[in-house]
Amino acid sequence: MKNPLEPTPQVCKRYRTEKAFKRLGLSAIVMSLCFVFFLFYTIIADGYSAFTQTYIQIEVSFDETFFRGANISNANFPALVKRSMGKIFPGVTGRKDTKMLSSIVSPAAAYTLQNLVETNPKLIGTTKFIWVLADDDVDMFFKGKTVTNVAESNRRLKDKQLTWLDQLVSEGKLERRFNKTFFTSGDSREPELAGILGAATGSLLTLFITLSLSFPIGVATAVYLEEFAPANHWTDIIEVNINNLAAVPSIIFGLLGLAIFINFWGLPRSTPIVGGLVLTLMTLPTIIIASRASLKSVPPSIREAALGIGASKLQTITHHVLPLALPGMLTGTIIGMAQALGETAPLLMIGMVAFIADVPGTFTDPSAVLPVQIYLWADSPERAFSEKTSAAIMILLAFLIAMNSIAVFLRKRFETKW
Amino acid sequence: MQRTVEHASSAFPTLLDSDAVATQSGSSKIATIRETVGTPFVDNPRMTCRGVEVYYGEKRAINNLSIDIANNEVLAMIGPSGCGKSTFLRCLNRMNDTIASCTVKGNIQLDGTDIYHPSVDVVPLRAKVGMVFQKPNPFPKSIYDNVAYGPKIHGLTSTKIELDEIIETSLMKAGLWDEVKDRLQDPGTGLSGGQQQRLCIARAIAVSPEVILMDEPCSALDPIATAKIEELIAELRTQFSIVIVTHAMQQAARVSQRTAYFHLGDLIEVGATEKVFTNPLHQLTEDYITGRFG
Ligand SMILES: Nc1ncnc2c1ncn2[C@@H]1O[C@H](COP(=O)(O)OP(=O)(O)O)[C@@H](O)[C@H]1O
Ligand SMILES: [Mg+2]
Repeated sequence: MKNPLEPTPQVCKRYRTEKAFKRLGLSAIVMSLCFVFFLFYTIIADGYSAFTQTYIQIEVSFDETFFRGANISNANFPALVKRSMGKIFPGVTGRKDTKMLSSIVSPAAAYTLQNLVETNPKLIGTTKFIWVLADDDVDMFFKGKTVTNVAESNRRLKDKQLTWLDQLVSEGKLERRFNKTFFTSGDSREPELAGILGAATGSLLTLFITLSLSFPIGVATAVYLEEFAPANHWTDIIEVNINNLAAVPSIIFGLLGLAIFINFWGLPRSTPIVGGLVLTLMTLPTIIIASRASLKSVPPSIREAALGIGASKLQTITHHVLPLALPGMLTGTIIGMAQALGETAPLLMIGMVAFIADVPGTFTDPSAVLPVQIYLWADSPERAFSEKTSAAIMILLAFLIAMNSIAVFLRKRFETKW
Repeated sequence: MQRTVEHASSAFPTLLDSDAVATQSGSSKIATIRETVGTPFVDNPRMTCRGVEVYYGEKRAINNLSIDIANNEVLAMIGPSGCGKSTFLRCLNRMNDTIASCTVKGNIQLDGTDIYHPSVDVVPLRAKVGMVFQKPNPFPKSIYDNVAYGPKIHGLTSTKIELDEIIETSLMKAGLWDEVKDRLQDPGTGLSGGQQQRLCIARAIAVSPEVILMDEPCSALDPIATAKIEELIAELRTQFSIVIVTHAMQQAARVSQRTAYFHLGDLIEVGATEKVFTNPLHQLTEDYITGRFG
């Protein structure tokens, strides 16, 4: 007898469709994962080397003759560097050769020496071994990022310089070290001196303004619209407009900010305060929409329970509805903040694209932000800025991951089970 | 104050006119009139409703309804679904205010005060007329905080000791104390359905109301939890007036002293429960309780 529970052809067909569907979904996920990995791989492979820097050890004798003048900073530090290099390679003579020799250390070496002497004047009269930054061309060469198999005239490093470098390596006077400069300084025209701190601080200051304005305003708007607003045409118009604003290209907000905050209010250009205000405008719709959705998802039975026991409307909202809606609101806010963190276009409009070497200290100091810094570095011709670009992207991603973890943490904290 | 409802109804004239009484004496029932028959009014009522009409937008959900709620009675409201029982119940503590399209006409008084008067605030009103909902809806907080919420917002206590006392007595009256006294800080939502509903009752009585409204409080519960709640209702009657909506006629018969039968927005019949279930005056009531529709 035939087994009545045996799958019929239709059932088999249904299983086949189900399987095909599953496979389709799985392959989509695998594909997107591949892209993500590829992206991360290229960025990290290109950028990790930016966290180290090539240093050269020179022997500096701080002769009194150099510091005759009353002011230490007037001393000719570049000449001091040049002389120290000459001491390592006594055979190098001639104007052109000595110039080539001193160009394998960074111009920053002179500042390093100046700093040392200024903080510790007792050095004068002594001789010290000091590690100074190598030039970015040397750095690139040792990181394997320069092409070496072309004619000498087409190369940044000439044959003579390469032999000198070989000698330095064999004497143990050339080393790759952790690149502290990258994390402690602002932007610079010299790649080996350029750091991310200026842009990171700028981003933090900007996001601080954005968060402290857009979260309270957004939540208050959402609560009003969701809980208090009368159901009439005005409310409808406001609602439609908020939804439309969420879809407005962000550069428009930049133009608006330029017109209102800079030209009309007279706030200083290129500053975190203006950037923060512009990004507030941009993120408000996102936060309002997410907050309203999470207010809507609070079960009406909780409102009824509170109202039924004699809580006022405001008490119902603040004691019961808001705590339950808060995790969703926070998620929306973090999504908005992440958008704001990565936003470039509106900031270009308000002049945040300027070259700024100082690390901003206040909200009204000119400053850059991370995505703009990435854009600026990606646009620089020096080879060494390309690894900085990738490194800056890594920092930006780290910021995003940190923000998302905070969001997850806060959501877990405030989540109420029922 | 402990006047029985039967006594009250005999002392007061009913809405029945002499014709209706005449028809009642025969075997046939009143079938035509839509005025309320029976004994809607009592002596010394806690709440009085006169000519109440409720509209949702243009649609009328309650027609010209008049009824009294006595002290220390359980008034059951029965009727087919959609006939306006919940709507009427929600008028009694103005929960209908939260529905924008809902308008209430007529006069509803609590202890002689018109509760829809402009000078009346819903906050003290809802403290006096508590409500228990169909689906148990404890706050997602601890058992303690659930019961403490009402006394806190109404400022009923000044010290922690007083508050603890209120919580203990409320949980005791709700028959839940023994089950939860060791875990007052556990979430109220972690209790079983029946316990949750008793927690909601404890929450309602913690603010010492005069009237408790219950909208199908047992419809989401199993028979054992239902029996517990019914027992509880019988005990609570000694202190509160209770209005309970139920779709289970046996439940109405078990817990209530008076029963009101609703039909399509009309209050058809009100009377002593025993009488309504054994010898209803109105044909519609009889049809409903004998299961001809509902
Ligand atoms: N919020 C509301 N808006 C519009 N109509 C409603 C609303 N609530 C109830 N109604 C209508 O009012 C009538 C009575 O409903 P309800 O009081 O819930 O009935 P019951 O509780 O007796 O089943 C029904 O016809 C229902 O459709
Ligand atoms: Mg109902």
